[in-house]
Amino acid sequence: MNMLTASFEPMHFVDNLRYMGLGMLGIFIVIGVIMLLTLLLNKLTEDRSHDESEDQ
Amino acid sequence: MEVLYQNLLQLDWKMIVMWAIGAILIYLAIKKDMEPTLLLPMGFGAILVNLPLSGAITQPGAEEGPLSILYGAGIANELFPLILFIGIGAMIDFGPLLSNPVLMLFGAAAQFGIFFTLCTASMFFDINDAASIAIIGAADGPTSIVVGQKLQSNYIGAIMVAAYSYMALVPIIQPPIIKLLTTKKERMIRMEYTQKPVSRITRILFPICITIIAGLIAPASVALVGFLMFGNLIRECGVLESLSETAQKTLANLVTIFLGITIASQMQADKFLRLDTLLILGLGLVAFIFDTAGGVIFAKILNIFLKKKINPMIGAAGISAFPMSGRVVHKLALKEDPTNFLLMQATGVNVSGQIASVIAGGLILNFFLH
Repeated sequence: MNMLTASFEPMHFVDNLRYMGLGMLGIFIVIGVIMLLTLLLNKLTEDRSHDESEDQ
Repeated sequence: MEVLYQNLLQLDWKMIVMWAIGAILIYLAIKKDMEPTLLLPMGFGAILVNLPLSGAITQPGAEEGPLSILYGAGIANELFPLILFIGIGAMIDFGPLLSNPVLMLFGAAAQFGIFFTLCTASMFFDINDAASIAIIGAADGPTSIVVGQKLQSNYIGAIMVAAYSYMALVPIIQPPIIKLLTTKKERMIRMEYTQKPVSRITRILFPICITIIAGLIAPASVALVGFLMFGNLIRECGVLESLSETAQKTLANLVTIFLGITIASQMQADKFLRLDTLLILGLGLVAFIFDTAGGVIFAKILNIFLKKKINPMIGAAGISAFPMSGRVVHKLALKEDPTNFLLMQATGVNVSGQIASVIAGGLILNFFLH
């Protein structure tokens, strides 16, 4: 079996923690925006959905 | 006479090990019913490409092999995973999520494993390979392929195998982590579920709006999100029943057949049998464990502030592996209390994980694709 080509650089963990912070922040922001938009869509179309179900 | 056994002399032990790996994948697919649609073609393909001077792949000085052609035509340019996303989008019912949008937060929290693994993998690999390995935690094969290809990872074969294998192993990986992080009392928390009506307009506008938002924030991932949401729009528009059915069944099945066996073209012994591969498999497991932990711990933190407590297990369903992780949470809840049904809540979180994992892939590409 081939040797391990990867090296071990423990300090890279600390160096890249900023990506962890940025990544989680980014994902919560995007999901937050999507969540608010969905709440808004639900609110704006609420009455119409009642009408549709009544029609049916 | 020499012609008959000449090829046999090319056989080495690494190829036989790969046959064994192929056989294990086929066994898991057939006997254990683990992601059979992918593990079976991958297992067979692993044997096919590890025959001496296999004509299935391009050999030096010979004409191009069909699997190499398929790889260039469908995976190197990310076409197969993207087309598969149309089928997946057509299969997903966002109803439980649209009915209770707050569940989306758990999908976000459960992407923690991706970013934790990014830092961990960066101790061993260069940053592009580390990011490609980390995306195994997206628990989403097509996203892993697209990110790995765009970042030109040297380990795409191992990453794809890890991504699909761990998705199949979700029912084994998640329960011990969930139990470790929760008390019996927490696992027995009941959550009321009221199906709020979701209008057809909302169902139609949702995929369009998600595509626009994701495209504005992470343009590199817009194809991923866009194809997923296009499939969902076909499903929800109500006027393309036949296309929706084709996308869900025929299209998804066709692409899956080619995807599995084409991925196997990257499982040639020389590329695959390396200690690096074992390390990548280990890091993939780390990603899944920390995804699960991220979702559960986030729910526990929310519970500190909430009067009406959430069952923290639903946080674990935020990993994208759909619908396995939703079912795992539902079964665990039933095990603790046979009258506690969390399926709808867990499914809502699970679906949000599907969106969040694609967005996480987009963010990773934003960070590292130059």
